[in-house]
Amino acid sequence: MEVRINNIRKEFDRFAALHDVSLDIASGELIALLGPSGSGKTTLLRLIAGLDFPTDGKIFFGEEDASHHSVQERHVGFVFQHYALFRHMTVAQNIGFGLKVRPSATRPPKAEIKKRVSDLLDMVQLSGLENRYPNQLSGGQRQRVALARAMAIEPRILLLDEPFGALDAKVRKELRRWLREFHDRTGHTTVFVTHDQEEALELADRVVVMSQGKIEQVGSADDVYDRPQSPFVFSFIGESSHLPVEVKDGAVLFQGEPIGLSEGENTTGDLFFRPEDVVLTDEQHALSGKVTACRRLAGTRIAEIDIANNGHAPFHVEVEVPLHAPIELGAETRFRPTRWKIFSK
Amino acid sequence: MSDNRRTFRNPADEGFATKLVLVGLSLVFLAFFLFLPLVSVFVEAFREGWVTYEEALTEPDAWAAIQLTLTVAAIAVPLNLVFGLAAAWAIAKFEFKGKAFLITLIDLPFSISPVISGLVYVLLFGSGSLLGPFLKSYGIEILFAVPGIVLATVFVTFPFVARELIPLMQDQGTGDEEAALSLGASGWQTFWYVTLPNVKWGLLYGVLLCNARAMGEFGAVSVVSGRIRGLTNTMPLHVEILYNEYNMVAAFAVASLLALLALVTLALKTLLELRFGAGAAGGRH
Repeated sequence: MEVRINNIRKEFDRFAALHDVSLDIASGELIALLGPSGSGKTTLLRLIAGLDFPTDGKIFFGEEDASHHSVQERHVGFVFQHYALFRHMTVAQNIGFGLKVRPSATRPPKAEIKKRVSDLLDMVQLSGLENRYPNQLSGGQRQRVALARAMAIEPRILLLDEPFGALDAKVRKELRRWLREFHDRTGHTTVFVTHDQEEALELADRVVVMSQGKIEQVGSADDVYDRPQSPFVFSFIGESSHLPVEVKDGAVLFQGEPIGLSEGENTTGDLFFRPEDVVLTDEQHALSGKVTACRRLAGTRIAEIDIANNGHAPFHVEVEVPLHAPIELGAETRFRPTRWKIFSK
Repeated sequence: MSDNRRTFRNPADEGFATKLVLVGLSLVFLAFFLFLPLVSVFVEAFREGWVTYEEALTEPDAWAAIQLTLTVAAIAVPLNLVFGLAAAWAIAKFEFKGKAFLITLIDLPFSISPVISGLVYVLLFGSGSLLGPFLKSYGIEILFAVPGIVLATVFVTFPFVARELIPLMQDQGTGDEEAALSLGASGWQTFWYVTLPNVKWGLLYGVLLCNARAMGEFGAVSVVSGRIRGLTNTMPLHVEILYNEYNMVAAFAVASLLALLALVTLALKTLLELRFGAGAAGGRH
């Protein structure tokens, strides 16, 4: 089922949580809504589910305008951040709940519900736990029960709110891989919310980067990492540093001096670059600053460099340096970005 | 060397003497102010033997008082169960203006003297009021009749269920309800299968407390009842009348029933707490 979100706006007590958001989700796609807290990603997910209603704009499920449909009518599978399992029901009762509450005309007979529940338990690899209660399960198991429960109603789309947020790092990684396989097997259109960029980049077909109620960029992991389209995306995804620069006659000037980079149009703005896209250099036209700290990061080394700023607080940048490079604390170091982007102000 | 031999003591622990004094003080206090009076109620009630005790309870006026008390509780408690559940649900699950005011309002019966609660109904339904004569013209008696007693009791016991449920429901949030709705459950199914089971022990606890108070209420009921023997006397009122007539044995016999009710309530409450932990007694006042 494809989902189209057209110019959605959502206000809570005159506070705008989403401004004019549009997004097309293809059938069978696995999409991540990524952003810091307060960016509106969970609000967007809840609007798609029908747990909240937009102030303005429309949501289409395929050709059907679902904007005014209730959560029941939308028929979506929603997995809550803290799972929201019914604590007084067993695993089997939890999973079968969506079938049990159907009106008698469409409710499957008891035996069939039982069969479906056991199939779903198989699918989420929890067979044998049907008579446990939620508080007798581990976090990862609860997560999978919540998923099975959402899948039991044969949802048109699957929505997950911070699906791995409450799990420890190891389980989180396992479940991430497992969810990807699960998605590939079932082929459901899936949207999940996360603030963990690693999760979003690894898991999703496309990542929707959000900030302050707006979509900043939509694209594959490569797109958002290698070709960030806004200062926010550049600094939110991965590591980066930025410096105020000016472009004049094709040359990039920092503090009025050329730094050996060239750019087309004259402008003033911020120069963004990633630590790994930097080379140390001896050339005259380059950035230079004092190394204030050096830290080892897995296979590489990161140097923290302060660039003097005419008596104001120095600019702070981070560059990756080869393990064997002679870096001394306090030494003046010259470097130049090899890949960068200037965002005009 | 001697240092190594010192036994470890929890820093929050106290010495034996301190414990003895503290525990002793509480025990003496409890014995004097709670246990002794309670025992004396039963001793006094049975002073002239079982037969007199039984007669005191089966005597028509006493029997009428017992019946009236049970009737009032049987009406007031279910009403407050529904009201309390509805109020707690509204407060815990929805955002609306004036919520803080509603919470304060629910506490009102706790914060004002029961006598005033009774007087309010006298003012509302008394012969000098607007409503009283109007209802009377249709043959409906509120004051000095069972309806007035029920009203006063409902008012006084209103906070018990709501107060018990509000913190519990607020704590649980709306996640479970949203999950149920997203799975296709109707509002009613969600309430019946999800909300209610989640709060059932808290609810039971609130109902117990509410019932104890409904049967034991004196002040408010005393103002509106008119104390017509055999008609509008509840058990607490009947006890007072007997006492004023120096009929000690009968007074204490009826009182012992009320005391017994309190004991049963306490036992049930403890049982609930033991069985279901702190969750059952979520909201304390």
